[in-house]
Amino acid sequence: MVRVSDEVRRLRKRFEARAEESQVWEAVQLARHGDRPYTLDYAERLFSDAFELRGDRAFSDDEALITMLARYHGQTVVAIGHQKGRDLSERTRRMFGMPHPEGYRKAIRAVELAERFRYPILTFVDTPGAYPGVNAEERGQAGMIARSILAFCQVSVPVVCSVIGEGGSGGALAIAVGDRVLMQENAIYSVISPEGCAAILWKDSGQARKAAYAFRPTAGACLDLGVIDAIVEEPKGGAHEDADQAARLLDQAIRLALLEAEAIPAAERRAARRAKFRQMGVWGVADEDGADTL
Amino acid sequence: MAPVEVDVERPKGDDDPGRRHPNTCPSCRSHYRDDELRHALRVCAQCGHHFPVGALERIDQIVDPGTFAEIGADLRAADPLAFVDLRPYTDRLLDAELQTGLGDALVAGTGRVVGRPTAIAVMDFAFMGGSMGSVMGERFCLAADAAVAEGIPLISVTASGGARMQENILALMQMAKTVGAVDQLREAGVPYISVLAHPTTGGVIASFASLGDIVIAEPNALLSFAGPRVVEQTTGEKTAPDFGRAESNLRLGQLDAVVPRRELKAELARLLFLFSPAEDEPTGDQGPVPLPEDATIAGESPVDRVLGRFGLGRRRG
Repeated sequence: MVRVSDEVRRLRKRFEARAEESQVWEAVQLARHGDRPYTLDYAERLFSDAFELRGDRAFSDDEALITMLARYHGQTVVAIGHQKGRDLSERTRRMFGMPHPEGYRKAIRAVELAERFRYPILTFVDTPGAYPGVNAEERGQAGMIARSILAFCQVSVPVVCSVIGEGGSGGALAIAVGDRVLMQENAIYSVISPEGCAAILWKDSGQARKAAYAFRPTAGACLDLGVIDAIVEEPKGGAHEDADQAARLLDQAIRLALLEAEAIPAAERRAARRAKFRQMGVWGVADEDGADTL
Repeated sequence: MAPVEVDVERPKGDDDPGRRHPNTCPSCRSHYRDDELRHALRVCAQCGHHFPVGALERIDQIVDPGTFAEIGADLRAADPLAFVDLRPYTDRLLDAELQTGLGDALVAGTGRVVGRPTAIAVMDFAFMGGSMGSVMGERFCLAADAAVAEGIPLISVTASGGARMQENILALMQMAKTVGAVDQLREAGVPYISVLAHPTTGGVIASFASLGDIVIAEPNALLSFAGPRVVEQTTGEKTAPDFGRAESNLRLGQLDAVVPRRELKAELARLLFLFSPAEDEPTGDQGPVPLPEDATIAGESPVDRVLGRFGLGRRRG
């Protein structure tokens, strides 16, 4: 015998899970949408003037990551962001927004410049991840990501980071350590791509949708877990529907976050930023019987 | 005529790491009893292959007996995402704890290394591939806190596949958190020595493990951000057999030294001595120790080994 009410409850639960899975997957697709505004699209709309700082002064200029000296609401800032390409030739040139170590070395150079002149730092995060190639490895990809994170930890100037598309793993985090971290509502932020996660844990990269649902890379989940400070609204249908409006909304959020970051005394900012990331994580404590309690 | 495949030497699947006994050397196939291997610091006596070492055994190898005090032992991973892949995360955690006897993939504490007080953070690859989640991040920070509070150096020994996917974004944030701890060490002027064991990859090598004031590695350890398989699958590039190995990293300028396990404790002691304040020097005002008349010739004594490293030899006869 089947009790109808139980059956209905079971079906409703399954339906809700399916609906949420679709929502998560939609965010993944919107975050990667080919027409989604990139760092340069926002730079054009947010800054009254900008000069691109090119080259790492050691090896080359990595166009997957751009750095700028820019004028933002009457003050000079240093802007750092990943840059994907719009058409195939630009995508190839910019390696789909996946930096090599020289990109991070350039970011460190920009961070040091900001510190020298006391300019606030704004970053725009949008990368599938750091480039996983032989050359990148040989030139110290891992070490350069670590050094970039450290550079962001060490500065005393205000740092506001915005995840505007794909926040892919260490390659994203390398420029995402700030006093305030914002995230657009359809952006994603995760430790690995849903495909990568599916390939490792499900042993099948075709299970990306399931993996995305399981590890929830969405802005809502990141806010719940205390990883970001605020979610930035996007125009109806996603940022790609109206880049101007998306830029206005992002501008408002960044200005507010920058005011908050500037309110922290400069001498305390480094320790405060460290403390902010120090409290991230969730764990339990085992009691004497070995049972875990939260 | 179709070729007939005959292989009487080795049955198929002998190379499969899943089927090989953990005490059988993968490179020369010598087999050891566990106590033999433990006594040999888990280095193959025949070919020098370095077997993996668990966290507690590693602590026994480098910390003076009876001096280790664990910090953060009662921390256990929570499951903030209620994560289920082919198995629930909580099941995997339970299995890992039963299998290794550890609460997570990193053991932190303080102890003495050849008499010098030191903060220690040692990882265990057997616990979910040494993956870094919230507990590892917190325990590393607790070790760094102890180093700063007591003004003692920090030594970490890493072996990890990277961040723990089951904790997704919180695992990623442990990279920022642990780098923050390194920043704290630097601000306090406390030395940090990072030892990279096989394998140290992903989020661990892209955060604290790369930021040691001194970075040393064990022979043939795989040290890369992306592993060779990921590189080949995503970029279509071929990787050389020595891709990401300790020796290539040394050649490419990513490391200070490759140190065989048998020399690790002595090398750490030497570094701790070099980082110690000047008044620790017992012969400071007596000048260099004179060499005995009957000192042995190059290659034999420790003095010669050190001189040899600088490309110098002692006068003979």
